[in-house]
Amino acid sequence: MYEKDGEKYFIVDSHMHYWNAAPSNWVKGAEQYAKGWIECFHAYQGLGPADTHWPIDKFMAYTEDDLMKDVFEDGHVDIAVFQPTYLKEWYAEGFNTTERNAALGEKHPGMFIANTRFDPRDGDNGLDELRRNVERYGSRGVKLYTAEWNNGSRGYKLSDPASYRFLEKAQELGIKNVHVHKGPTIWPLDKDAFDVSDIDHCATDFPELNFIVEHVGLPRIEDFCFMATQEPNVYAGLSVVIGGLMHARPKFFAKVMGELLFWVGEDKMTFGSDYGIWEPKWQIEGFVDWQMPDDDELSDYAKLTVATKKKILGLNAAKLYGIEVPKEAQLPVDPAEPAKQDDAQLVSGS
Amino acid sequence: MSVSTDSRIPGGQSSLPPGGVASPSGLASTALAALAGVRDPELDTPITALGFVGSCVVSCDGRAVVRLRLPTFYCAPNFSYLMAADSYDAVMSVPGITAAEVILEDHFAADEINAGVAAQAGFVASFDGEAVSELDGLRAQFLRKAALAGTYQVCRPLVDAGVTPAELVALTLGAVPASPELDRLRQRRSDLGLPAGDAAPLLLDPATGERIAEASVPLHLRKARVTQASIDANTSICSGMFKARYPDGWTV
Repeated sequence: MYEKDGEKYFIVDSHMHYWNAAPSNWVKGAEQYAKGWIECFHAYQGLGPADTHWPIDKFMAYTEDDLMKDVFEDGHVDIAVFQPTYLKEWYAEGFNTTERNAALGEKHPGMFIANTRFDPRDGDNGLDELRRNVERYGSRGVKLYTAEWNNGSRGYKLSDPASYRFLEKAQELGIKNVHVHKGPTIWPLDKDAFDVSDIDHCATDFPELNFIVEHVGLPRIEDFCFMATQEPNVYAGLSVVIGGLMHARPKFFAKVMGELLFWVGEDKMTFGSDYGIWEPKWQIEGFVDWQMPDDDELSDYAKLTVATKKKILGLNAAKLYGIEVPKEAQLPVDPAEPAKQDDAQLVSGS
Repeated sequence: MSVSTDSRIPGGQSSLPPGGVASPSGLASTALAALAGVRDPELDTPITALGFVGSCVVSCDGRAVVRLRLPTFYCAPNFSYLMAADSYDAVMSVPGITAAEVILEDHFAADEINAGVAAQAGFVASFDGEAVSELDGLRAQFLRKAALAGTYQVCRPLVDAGVTPAELVALTLGAVPASPELDRLRQRRSDLGLPAGDAAPLLLDPATGERIAEASVPLHLRKARVTQASIDANTSICSGMFKARYPDGWTV
C-alpha cells in the first residue's frame, strides 16, 4: 500500500511481465526477430527517467529477485497481474508464458494473479490448452496479442469467427477480463493493424466480458476513445501512457489523460506498469503527485481528485478481479464527486 | 567519386541544416528538400524532421541512394512501405536524378520493402499473399485523421477568441486568418479531393465532405481535439523510441 499525505492507495499493477528474452532462448533461424523484439522493448524503457534504465543484458533476463524488489519491495504494488505473451516463433520456451509466470506466483501466495492467453489460430488444441490453464492456474483473465506470428500467419482480428469460438469458451470457463494488445502485423497487411473496431464488435456481442484495451489503443487513442464511450464494458489500460509519456512528454501526457477522463471516465481506467519495461515505483509516486497543469492550453480538462487516483491505481482493477481492498484504502461510501466529463469551454461559444 | 549531402536534421525542425546547404552537391540538397515532402502518414510529419532519413547520397552521374531508419524494428510494414515508396518518387522527381535506390535499414520486412520499391512492384506484389490491395485506402484513412486534427488546430484559436458554433459553421477557409495550420489543413483537404479554396466551408466531415451542422460542432471539435492529441502522443513516443534506438541521432 502506498501512502502519501495521509492518503492510502491500494495498488493493483494490472499489466506486468516476467519474461525471458536471453539469447539462449532465441529460436534458431529467428534470432533477428527475437533480438528486434527485445530491443524494441528496451527502447521503450528509454522513455522513463534515466536512473531507472537497465543495461540490455539485465533487461533481457531480469531475475525473480529483481522483480520482487522492483514491484513489491520498492514499487508499492499490492497485487500484480501477470500478462503472458508467448511469441514462440521467436523464443523457444516462449517470451513470457502462463507457466513461467505462475511458477513464480506460486512461490509468493497472494501477491500475483496469473492471467493466461489464447490464440484463435491454435484450433481445438488451443481450446484444450486454455481450459487446462484456467483449471490449473485459476486464471480470470486473458491477454491477447493480435499481431502474434503463428505458423505463417501474421495476426488475427478479434472479430474473426475463430476468435468468437475462443471468447465463448473463455466465458464458459469463467474468464471475466480480456486484455487486448494490438501490434503492427495482421492479415491483410494493407489494412490498419492497430484498428480497434474488432474490439467494438466483441464488446457488444460479449457484454459479460470486460475488454481492457492496453495502452489505450495506442497508436489509435482517438478510435479507442470513440469506442469506449459507447461500450460500457471497455476499459482503458494505462500501460505505456504513464510509463511512456508522464516523464518523457508531460504536456502530451496531460492531454491524453484529459481526453481519457473525458471520453472513458475515471471508473474505467486501470494502471499497469508494463514491468519490466518500466519500474512501477516512479510511475506510482509520480502519478499520485501529478495534477492537470493550469496552462491555458489544458483548461478544457478536468482536475484529478484523490479518489480519481485511487480508482485508477487500484480500485478499478480490484473490482474487475474481485480483489478485496483493505478498509483503510477504500473510498468513503459517498465518494467525492468524480472528475467531471465537462469541457464545455472548448465549444460552448459563450 | 561520389558527393553527398549531410542530411542531419534536428528532430522537430523541418528546415535544412547548414551541413546540407553547404554540401558540394546541389543535386543532393535538392533531393533532400524533396524528401522533406514525404510524410509519415500516421504522424503527419515530414520524415526528414523525424530523423528517418539517415543519408542521401548522389553520385556524379545522378544516381541517388537514400537510407531510411525507423523508430523500431517492428514499425508497421504498410506505413514503412509507403514512406520508402514515397521517398523513391520524391527523389526521382528531382531533375537530374537518373536513378534512385531506397534502402530501409534495421526493419523486419526490409528485404521485401526494399525489393518491392526497387522493382516498383506495389505493395501487394511485394508482400505476396499477405495483402489484398494497394495502400491508397490506408493513406486516405490517415489523411482524413490529419484533416480532422488540422481542423482543431485552426479552430482552437477562434473558439478561444469567442467564435460561436453558429459562426464557425458559417465561416469559409478564406475568412480565417492566414496561418501555417490553415495552409496545412487546405493541403490535407486538397489531397483528399475535398474543397480547399477560399469559398470552402471551414468545417467539413473529412470522411463524407458534408458540412457540419451547428448542433454537431461540439462533438466534431472534441473528436478533432482527441485526434490531434493522439497524433501528438504517438509522435512523442515514436521520436523517443527513435532517439533510444539511434542515440547519435543519425549517421551519414
